[in-house]
Amino acid sequence: MALVLTEEQSMLRDSARGLISDKAPVAHLRSLRDSKDATGFSRELWTTFAEMGFSGLLVPDQFGGSGLGCVEAGIVMEEIGRTLMPSPFLATAVLAASALSRGGSEAQKAQHLPKIADGSLLAALAIDEGAKHRPLQTKLQATRSGNGFKLSGDKAFVVDGHTADLLIVAARSAGGAGDKNGLTLFLVDPKAKGLAVERTAMVDSHNAARIVFDKVEVNADSVLGEVDQGFGLLEGVLNIGRGSVASEMVGLSEEVFGRTVTYLKERKQFGKPIGEFQALQHRAAELYIDIEITRAAVLKALQALDVDLDKAGNAVSVAKARAGTTATLAVQEGVQMHGGMGMTDQFDIGFFMKRARVCQELFGDSNFHADQLAQGKGY
Amino acid sequence: MADLEKFRAETRAWLEQNCPAEMRKPMASDGDTFWGGRNTKFSSDAQRVWFERMRDKGWTVPHWPKEYGGGGLDGEEAKIVRQEMAAIGARQPLTSFGISMLGPALLKYGTEEQKKEHLPKITAGLIRWCQGYSEPNAGSDLASLQTRAVGDGDDYIINGQKIWTSYANYADWIFCLVRTDPAAKKHDGISFILFDMASTGVSTKPILLISGYSPFCETFFDNVRVPKSHVVGTVNRGWDVAKYLLQHERAMISGMGERGVGRPLGQIAADSVGADAQGRLDDAQLRSQIASFEVDEAALAAAAERAVDLAKAGQSHPAFSSAMKYYGTELNKRRYEILMSAGGIDALEWESDRSKGGARPRAWLRTKANSIEGGTSEVMLGIVAKRILDLPGA
Repeated sequence: MALVLTEEQSMLRDSARGLISDKAPVAHLRSLRDSKDATGFSRELWTTFAEMGFSGLLVPDQFGGSGLGCVEAGIVMEEIGRTLMPSPFLATAVLAASALSRGGSEAQKAQHLPKIADGSLLAALAIDEGAKHRPLQTKLQATRSGNGFKLSGDKAFVVDGHTADLLIVAARSAGGAGDKNGLTLFLVDPKAKGLAVERTAMVDSHNAARIVFDKVEVNADSVLGEVDQGFGLLEGVLNIGRGSVASEMVGLSEEVFGRTVTYLKERKQFGKPIGEFQALQHRAAELYIDIEITRAAVLKALQALDVDLDKAGNAVSVAKARAGTTATLAVQEGVQMHGGMGMTDQFDIGFFMKRARVCQELFGDSNFHADQLAQGKGY
Repeated sequence: MADLEKFRAETRAWLEQNCPAEMRKPMASDGDTFWGGRNTKFSSDAQRVWFERMRDKGWTVPHWPKEYGGGGLDGEEAKIVRQEMAAIGARQPLTSFGISMLGPALLKYGTEEQKKEHLPKITAGLIRWCQGYSEPNAGSDLASLQTRAVGDGDDYIINGQKIWTSYANYADWIFCLVRTDPAAKKHDGISFILFDMASTGVSTKPILLISGYSPFCETFFDNVRVPKSHVVGTVNRGWDVAKYLLQHERAMISGMGERGVGRPLGQIAADSVGADAQGRLDDAQLRSQIASFEVDEAALAAAAERAVDLAKAGQSHPAFSSAMKYYGTELNKRRYEILMSAGGIDALEWESDRSKGGARPRAWLRTKANSIEGGTSEVMLGIVAKRILDLPGA
């Protein structure tokens, strides 16, 4: 497979870019933040996303979606990264759609996937519990009770958890922290008794939630995949999420870099454009090279996910680790090269810096993924 | 697609049948590279057999046209050959500046006669080429070169000095930049010319490097007589040819890191520093350096693959090879710093059988030239800044 977009993929990119840059430039995020919007994203825009087929991108045809792959999801994520549009796309259309279509029973698929495709159902994946992403350390307890389970414990950093109609929750049904066996995924109604959702406004003006489970009862039908064997399914879904977030970071990096290069050409100091100074030229060139190399690694990972999800782990770790360091560098250089203006709230650059930090933590930071790679290679 | 899969299966079977086991092991040192040429010697029978089989199949350069001794494969097929060779760890049967540098320039700018004369000798490993670009006062500022070629009937008489001429002392022929119009602006009076290193008036002197080797030479031209028909491209427009060739040279140098050193870095490090109870390298900092290096190495490999695919799709920027050259050479220096660190005291032995004559420290020192030769890292960043990012200033 060539590491360039096909004609169809380029068309998808163009239509996503057109819509997002038109309807949701950075000013869109700014106004949601300033008005302390209760939802944190535009439901109207999500409806438009659904009409254009984006919400059902990863939903198989027979359930009303277009059955496309991770490369296509990554294309939309990259465009989201360019304007920082807050959207249920990642939580619902990428993570939940993947989890359900890969692990769901026929009944579960028939119940939820068409609603994801038509934009009427929002979902969220609840994984993290501590300050760092450590899925194997999952402690939220699933205790057998009757023909079902009782869930007790806490989840944090549940992206878009405050608006979800459906939660996908990773729980420990057997074993202890660090065990691959003994994890189970559950489909949970956020309105269930004993479940409390607290919206957390994050540094990047996107939304997440803290969720407390106090003996929340779920029946056997709510198990997604197999009891105790949820890790394989979870890891695949997380890898799709990681590749997608890496793609968002490529879009974010490229946008902030483009704004910075434009500024280098316009801003004059000492009587000439600052872009004439070799110290800045070389730093800009290095950043350009860094972004290009990351872009290739991310496309490689997205293709690998589509070819064989189970073998894509290393490529995904490379992509997420690279994208995290590249985005961190891009926003730091962006603020620095914009000088004092870069520090002002009035200027957009700071929004990119905040989002980059969140994307870095989401589903494992660069250190986590370098470590995954090292473990995979046995050292 | 089905045809390509068939081609892959055939290629795999052929390589399995024809690549000697010894040629699938990593090279112990640069001495295991086969360069071809008039005075060539094979280091082993296996090396000879492997070269001859690949030559007879046209696969010393799979993607060149058959009429010039290549394999006549298209881009996808050539990629498959590379992938299948990599899959069994097969060595390059022939390494040559004729293949990686001169050949592409001749294919683009050479006359039919020049192509017929030189390309088949390159693919058959008969002639070893060197590059006469840099001069003592024209390194990064290459276009200020002074070597003169003055017309004399059907010939030029060439006088001057080159420096950093890689392996000039082993080369049979040279592709050389000479000033044919001293009055013109500095880029406009240069020609690209080919001649035999055995010509009267050519002499070379190796330059000893910090690695203890002499891959580079000083090269002197004292009234060397060369037919005018040996100019490639248009007289005084040699800069076009030179620049095109430099793109290929930069791509070649950026790929040096990918040749690798055989075993994974993590294993090499485990040999000397050992592992902790969880099987992790017993040096957390080194482990983290290796891991982040391997992240970047894998990303660079993807970028190299993408560069080829972009070129095929007609979407590549001509200056992108400078970006790859910069990153590839800096990464290769990092690799060898890690290798030295992983080897610890053992990697310091300079002259011993155990250390194969200090192969590792010599290779480490050699990599320091990567970010200088073929254009320094600073020159590469300048090219990216101006030609790709369009930043202002001369």
